[in-house]
Amino acid sequence: MRYVDGFRLPGAAKALTQELARLGDALGPRRVKLMEVCGSHTMAIARYGLKDLLPANVRLVSGPGCPVCVTDPGYVDAALALAERGAALATFGDMLRVPGSRGSLADARAAGADVRVFYSPVQALEWAEAEPDQAWVVLAVGFETTAAPLAALALEIRRRGLGNVTLLTATKTVPPALDALVADPALAIDGFLCPAHVSAIIGARAYLPYAEEHGRACVVAGFEPLDVLYGVKGLLEQLVAGVARVDNQYERVVRWEGNPAAQRAIARVFVPVDAPWRGLGVVPASGLALGPGLADLDASVRFERPVTAGRVNPACRCGDVLKGVIEPAECRLFGAPCVPERPLGPCMVSSEGSCAAAWRYSGRGAR
Amino acid sequence: MSQDDRITMAHGGGGRASRQLIEEEIARRVGGTALRGLPDAATLVAPSGGLVFSTDSFVVQPLEFPGGNIGHLAVHGTVNDVAVAGGRPLWLSLGLILEEGLPLAVLRRVLDAVAGAARACDVEIVTGDTKVVPRGQCDGMYVNTAGVGAALPTLALDPRSVTVGDRVLVSGSLGDHGMAVMCAREGFELANAPRSDTGPVHRLVAAAAAFGHGVRFMRDPTRGGLAAVLDETVEGLAVGVRLEEAHLPRSGPARAVAELLGVDLLHVACEGRVVAFCAPEVAPEVLRAWRALPEGHGAVDIGAVVAEPGRVTLATLAGGRRVVDVPVGELLPRIC
Ligand code: SF4
Repeated sequence: MRYVDGFRLPGAAKALTQELARLGDALGPRRVKLMEVCGSHTMAIARYGLKDLLPANVRLVSGPGCPVCVTDPGYVDAALALAERGAALATFGDMLRVPGSRGSLADARAAGADVRVFYSPVQALEWAEAEPDQAWVVLAVGFETTAAPLAALALEIRRRGLGNVTLLTATKTVPPALDALVADPALAIDGFLCPAHVSAIIGARAYLPYAEEHGRACVVAGFEPLDVLYGVKGLLEQLVAGVARVDNQYERVVRWEGNPAAQRAIARVFVPVDAPWRGLGVVPASGLALGPGLADLDASVRFERPVTAGRVNPACRCGDVLKGVIEPAECRLFGAPCVPERPLGPCMVSSEGSCAAAWRYSGRGAR
Repeated sequence: MSQDDRITMAHGGGGRASRQLIEEEIARRVGGTALRGLPDAATLVAPSGGLVFSTDSFVVQPLEFPGGNIGHLAVHGTVNDVAVAGGRPLWLSLGLILEEGLPLAVLRRVLDAVAGAARACDVEIVTGDTKVVPRGQCDGMYVNTAGVGAALPTLALDPRSVTVGDRVLVSGSLGDHGMAVMCAREGFELANAPRSDTGPVHRLVAAAAAFGHGVRFMRDPTRGGLAAVLDETVEGLAVGVRLEEAHLPRSGPARAVAELLGVDLLHVACEGRVVAFCAPEVAPEVLRAWRALPEGHGAVDIGAVVAEPGRVTLATLAGGRRVVDVPVGELLPRIC
């Protein structure tokens, strides 16, 4: 892992921090708000304390960048209903704590449901082949990065003729969420730090509308700490110069046009549908459902259990936190009853979420 | 009994098969020299100056992993608990719960590990018990050990004696055990897989004892890793800890796996490390003494005690600072 170290050299971070301070000064009295929309960025920012290194007039808010955190409680409810009917659930580990209306997958597992954690969705096929009499449901949650392997998984289920595996989809795409964010007048975002992995699939050009039509600075950045700082520097340079364009700073992974083969696989398997985002509400055409030829692989069809809207605590202000409109502590559920062990909203679910981070910094979360 | 024999319910029935298992397989391997065999109860002569007593149960999956097996853990875990409480470990008990169908070859390897680890730690296994449960009622085998040690007279370990300016030392790299077990459990095939650090820390504790009250408090960072141990230590105190990321010892393989899975090594268990809070004047001496021992050659100073009540923070390599919290629940691989 030498390359990881190479991107974390303290000297380089210091030089970049000075550069950021200079750009902060160059903005003058103007205060700017930047948003990152990438779980890996959120993670690097939290793990390396990067917000400390930004000029005082630059605010970096964490948008809806984690596909697990924005999963609607109704989806978790549907998964639990399938488990109750005897299906074994195969899932990414970080879905376990996401709250449904009546509890999480972790709660259900403790109560005896068969919930197994995979590192890669293909593991589910091995399990399904090993236990052919058991119905298996793959919890297909993720953004474009995960949609590509999930598309391959669906085709592979078909190819192997496995009759005992279905997918419960809450797969989502990032650009429709960005559309919703730029359209929100309450949310004055000056620039987007565009995701690392997702952009490798959809390409840097996917952000052109936000720069050209909406005048937002856009930088595609990697997720090593220096990548993130460098990305913020790129955004501030655009803002100081008064321009808005898409800069691709992550060329070692992201191409302008993305990954056409992955895009084709996604288009072959999935069709866009309106989808609920915890914190944002229903975002048009932001979800990916299995296309017509593959509907029999859809767990909600197979089990005749559609995913319906779940119950969210109406007092949860995650939407406003995600958009940077309020600070977490301004939510009246913050700390009681909403804590990382029993999260009510997505911002408390992920340990890097804004509310979870604020809880820790309040000094109460360190217990 | 032959090589591919397995544990059967008869081995727990109290009859001839039971006796054979205990005498030929268990007591022959781990029975103390002085006591010959493994009696239901041991009569021992207590050392003067107080006792330290501890117990721990071991349920690791898989039973064997790179760097050790459940037998090593069962000895080291209890030896280390006695040691960091300020004791010199003397005696252990060994409780085995075996699942019907467990290959005898596995049991033998585990018992050999118990015997070898006990010998290396200078502790004697003086009493024991074995039960067999039907298939499905335990996962191969569970082990419990309890340990008794003699309190080291020079140490007065107490988290409340931790003072601003004290140094925080750790005896070696972080998280190797947890990462090794996770890789073994999930069947990750890596060219350079992490190896468990399972090992004893009692010699490290004894070396530190030479510095008397300058050593304020010690713990072994097992479940929850370094983060959990530090958080628990400063909880409710008027002081906190500030760690330097640049000084944290991390092995290449454990680090690579942690990066891959999005796990923070500060949250991952060690099984052969000790953390000590030391007065600044003795910290360099303790480090020197530790580094002279093979199990402490990777010892480093990782941070300081600061006047931030109950809080543990990390000064990151990038120059930022973050709160080091305890993990919520189990460690889970991330999607992104
Ligand atoms: S504190 Fe909890 S309830 Fe309030 S906004 Fe954050 S996640 Fe939602």
